[in-house]
Amino acid sequence: MSATPVRRARSVIPGFGITLGFTLTYLSLIVLIPLAGIFLKAAGLGFSGIWEVVSSPRVLASLKLSFGAALVGAAINGVFGPLLAWVFVRYRFFGKRFFDAAVDLPFALPTAVAGIALTALYSPNGWIGQFLTPLGIKVAYTPLGVVVACTFIGLPFVVRTVQPVLEEAEKELEEAAASLGATRWQTITRVILPTVLPAILTGFALAFARAVGEYGSVIFIAGNLPMISEITPLLIIIKLEEFDYAGATAVAGTMLVLSFALLLLINLLQAWVRRRNASAR
Amino acid sequence: MDIHVRGIHKSFGGFKALSGVDLDIASGELIALLGPSGSGKTTLLRVIAGLEFPEQGQILFGDEDMAARPIRERRVGFVFQHYALFKHMTVLDNIAFGLRVRERGERPPEATIRARARELLDLVQLSGLEKRYPAQLSGGQRQRVALARALAIDPRLLLLDEPFGALDAKVRKDLRRWLRSLHEQTGYTTIFVTHDQEEALELADRVVIMNRGQIEQVGSTDEVYEKPASPFVFDFLGNTNVLPGEARGREVFIDGHDTPIVTDTIHPNGAVDIYVRPGDLRLADGGIPGFYADVRSTQRTGPIVRCEAQAVHSGQLIELEFPHLHHDAPRLQPGQRVYLRLNNFSIFPRGQGKPGAKPSDPTVLIGSERERGRLG
Repeated sequence: MSATPVRRARSVIPGFGITLGFTLTYLSLIVLIPLAGIFLKAAGLGFSGIWEVVSSPRVLASLKLSFGAALVGAAINGVFGPLLAWVFVRYRFFGKRFFDAAVDLPFALPTAVAGIALTALYSPNGWIGQFLTPLGIKVAYTPLGVVVACTFIGLPFVVRTVQPVLEEAEKELEEAAASLGATRWQTITRVILPTVLPAILTGFALAFARAVGEYGSVIFIAGNLPMISEITPLLIIIKLEEFDYAGATAVAGTMLVLSFALLLLINLLQAWVRRRNASAR
Repeated sequence: MDIHVRGIHKSFGGFKALSGVDLDIASGELIALLGPSGSGKTTLLRVIAGLEFPEQGQILFGDEDMAARPIRERRVGFVFQHYALFKHMTVLDNIAFGLRVRERGERPPEATIRARARELLDLVQLSGLEKRYPAQLSGGQRQRVALARALAIDPRLLLLDEPFGALDAKVRKDLRRWLRSLHEQTGYTTIFVTHDQEEALELADRVVIMNRGQIEQVGSTDEVYEKPASPFVFDFLGNTNVLPGEARGREVFIDGHDTPIVTDTIHPNGAVDIYVRPGDLRLADGGIPGFYADVRSTQRTGPIVRCEAQAVHSGQLIELEFPHLHHDAPRLQPGQRVYLRLNNFSIFPRGQGKPGAKPSDPTVLIGSERERGRLG
C-alpha cells in the first residue's frame, strides 16, 4: 500500500502570499502608518489633555459646523443628484453631453478656484448674493455658505454613482408596473426609487466624506469667523501655525474617529437596504 | 374577451415594423405569434398591450377601441421574456403589486389581497415561496411568478413575450405543457410571441405566422403545417427541399423529368418551385412523382437518420430524414442509388419565395434556409 503524498491545496490563482504581503505593506505605508502617527502624536497630551482641546467651545463649534454642513450638503445632493442622473439617463435634449460633462467640474476644478467663484457669486454684491441680501438671506461668510460649498463639491459623487444604476434599470420594470395599473408616481416611488436607493446611499456617503474633508473651496466662502463659520480643517491649520502640533493632531484624530463612525453607519445602512433588496445574487 | 386588430401600421424611424395587420382572436383562444426576428411579432404584441402606439388602425377589445389608451387602462397581463420582477419585493409583494396600486375605492382590503396572492401562488405551484426574493428563484420559477403577477389583476387579455426564451430546453418544455394546462384551467384569452415553431405548434390553438411586418398565414397547427400559404411559411415551419419545376395547367414537371405530377389545382403556366420536407421523401420502387438520387452521406441523430443525396437528373443536393428502425429505412450506404417518391409537397410560382434565394441553383436552400427554419 503506497501512501498518498499529502499535497497542499493549490489555488488556480497563484501568488496569494506575495499579493497579500504587498497589499498589507502598501496599505500600511500609505494609510495606516500616517493615521497611527496622528494618534501617537495626540497621545502625547494624555487623555485629559485631548479632552481639554476637543471640548473647547471653539473646536466643538467647528466640528458641529463641519459635520453638520457636510451632512446637509450630502443630503441635498442625495435628493437632487438622482434627479439630475434621471434626466441624463432618460431624456435626450440639446446640450446634454455638455451638461453631463459639467457635472464633473467640481471634481476637476482646483478647490480654491471653486471657492473664489462661489464667494464672488454669493457675496452681498455678487450675481446671486445681490438678490438674496434684500430677502435677508446671507450666504457668504455664514454657515449657509459652507453648506453651499459642500453641496457644490459633492454633487458629482451622487450623480456618477446613481447614473449607471439607473441606466441598467430595465425599462421593462416600468412597463411591467404600468401594465399592472400603477401610475407614473407609483412606478417611481415603489419601483424605481427602491432599485436605486443603494446607489443613492453610496453617493451620499462619498459626497459626505468629501465635504467633511473639504478645505479649499470652503474657507473662501465661509469667512472663517471663530464660533460661527470656522470649519475644523481650518482650525487644525491654525493650531499648526501656532506650533500646537499636539492640539492639531488631537482635533484631527477626533475628526478621523467621527468620520469613520459616520461612514460605518452609512455602510451598515447600505448593507441593510441591499439585503432588503436581496440583490445578493 | 375577443380581440380585433384592424389595419395596424407602426414604424420606427424609417423601418416599417407593421404594415397593415389584421387579426381576429376569439375569447379564450391561445394564439401564437410566430416569425423570425424582425418580423414584427413582438411589436404587434406590444401594440396590442399598449406599450407601443400604432400610427394607424384599431385595437378592439370587444367593441371598445383601445388603440390610443395607455397600457394601465387596458387591464392586460403582460409577461416579459426576462421576467421584469421587482427585485426589492418578495414573491408575494410582486404578485400583490397590481392590486395594491389600485385607487383606494377599488382596492380590496389587505387581507383579501394577500389571500388572492396566495391563491395565485398555488395556481402557479409555488406555494411556500412567498417570502423569497426573485434573486432566490430559478428562471422557471421567476417566470411563473411573473405570470401570477400578471394574472392578479384579472386581465382581459394575457400577453406573453417570448415567455420561455431565457430558459433552458428542459425547463422550457415542462413550462410549455404547464402553461397549456393552466390555460385550459383559467381560460384567459392569451397571445404569446415565439420564434420557436415547435413551441408555437405544440402550445397554440392557432398560429399566426409573421414576416416583414405582415401576417403570412393564420391557421390551426395542422393547417399551417399541411397547407402552408406561402413558401415562407413552408420554409419557416421546418426543413425544406426546393425542386425547380414548370407548371402547365394541372400538370407540373420537375425539371429534367418528362412525367408530370398531376395536381387538383390549375397553376399559371411557368416556372414553379416544388417544396417538399425531408421526411416526405420516401424510398420507393417507383411511382409518380419521384426521382432517382445517389446517397452521399448518412448520419444518425437520435431517433432520426438524416441523409444527404444528390438528385441524378439535376445534381441538386437533397436532404432526407427517416425514422430510425423504420421499415422504410434500410441501411443506406453512400453511393447507393435510390428512388425517392414525393409523399407530400407544395407548389408555389417561382419568385414568391424570399429574394436572394435562387431556386435554379442546385445547391440553394439547404444550408442557411434549413438553419433558419430550425432556429427561427
